[in-house]
Amino acid sequence: MKTLILMAFMLFSVVTFAQTEGYKVGDVVKDFSLKNVNNKNVSLADYKDAKGYIVVFTCNTCPVAKAYQNRVAALNATYTVKGYPVIAINPNDAEAVPDESFEKMQALASEKKFNFPYLLDPDHVVTKQFGATRTPHVFILNKTDKGNVVEYIGAIDNDPEEANNTKVDYVKNAVNELSLGKKPVISSTKAVGCSIKWKKG
Amino acid sequence: MRIFFIICLSLITYSVNAQVKLLKLDDLDKRIANGKDTTYVINFWATWCSPCVAELPNFEKLRLANLKKPVKVLLVSLDFKSKLQKEVIPFVEKNKINAEVFLLNEPDQQQYIERIDKKWSGAIPATLFVNKNTRRFYEKEFTETELKNTLLNLK
Repeated sequence: MKTLILMAFMLFSVVTFAQTEGYKVGDVVKDFSLKNVNNKNVSLADYKDAKGYIVVFTCNTCPVAKAYQNRVAALNATYTVKGYPVIAINPNDAEAVPDESFEKMQALASEKKFNFPYLLDPDHVVTKQFGATRTPHVFILNKTDKGNVVEYIGAIDNDPEEANNTKVDYVKNAVNELSLGKKPVISSTKAVGCSIKWKKG
Repeated sequence: MRIFFIICLSLITYSVNAQVKLLKLDDLDKRIANGKDTTYVINFWATWCSPCVAELPNFEKLRLANLKKPVKVLLVSLDFKSKLQKEVIPFVEKNKINAEVFLLNEPDQQQYIERIDKKWSGAIPATLFVNKNTRRFYEKEFTETELKNTLLNLK
């Protein structure tokens, strides 16, 4: 009996681990419905004409995420017309960090005139599905017959401080390649970011 | 006169302590290679990273416990270079950090993350235990005991 319990426990641990691992390049994404700063819910399916999506996990307080705010807005301005809109999701828990509250998200979105949705993810459900680990963390999706497929996971570019002479625009390159019907040459990158502020307890 | 001398000395020590040098990975590699039997405990952190800030005192305790051993604790900040004067140095002064503090002077994260450890996602805190023979990398937070045991078990 003890062994059985142990085995059940081990199996459970493996399952939980697999769940928190998140999407990999090539996986099909489950659609979600999250509340935007304008109080209306947003789903991937709402974008009937989209060819794909630039999903950005970002937040109010992280210095790295802040450094990228204008670049995220610029990505949306460039790529919405090409069929790849930006969808920003705040993965942080407002109880862990009060400045990550929905009201503060609304204030930031109106102050910075965000032209893209900025969504709240209560209880980190979508964050865990994606397997986002930090802000900013980007997932580029491509709409196909079998669903929205992850084609890129990682950083926006390799130049957070705008001081790198050998800057590579990972997200721009990947979306450009997708819009030409090609697979992104670089499909995953690493970056330093702020860890996600998980709900306590 | 004696008091004056002590004050001067403490002022000098203080300003030396508050120094944060810029660090290239090439220089770090050279230092490790020339370190003979020294083990370097290199913590990657940033002033904006709350779990990093929370574990910094554990590194100070490790440093103090190993003063007479060939062990060096290096704190490598991944803060933006532009924050060196305004945030990193004041932080080091305010928290009276006595370990050697550096700010990583590498422009390309993609490159330096891979170079420090292939398995590193880039999340901090992260800590590298390294000497001439061994290299162990951990993407996690450390308690005081975990730091002590990891160092002891390093072969």
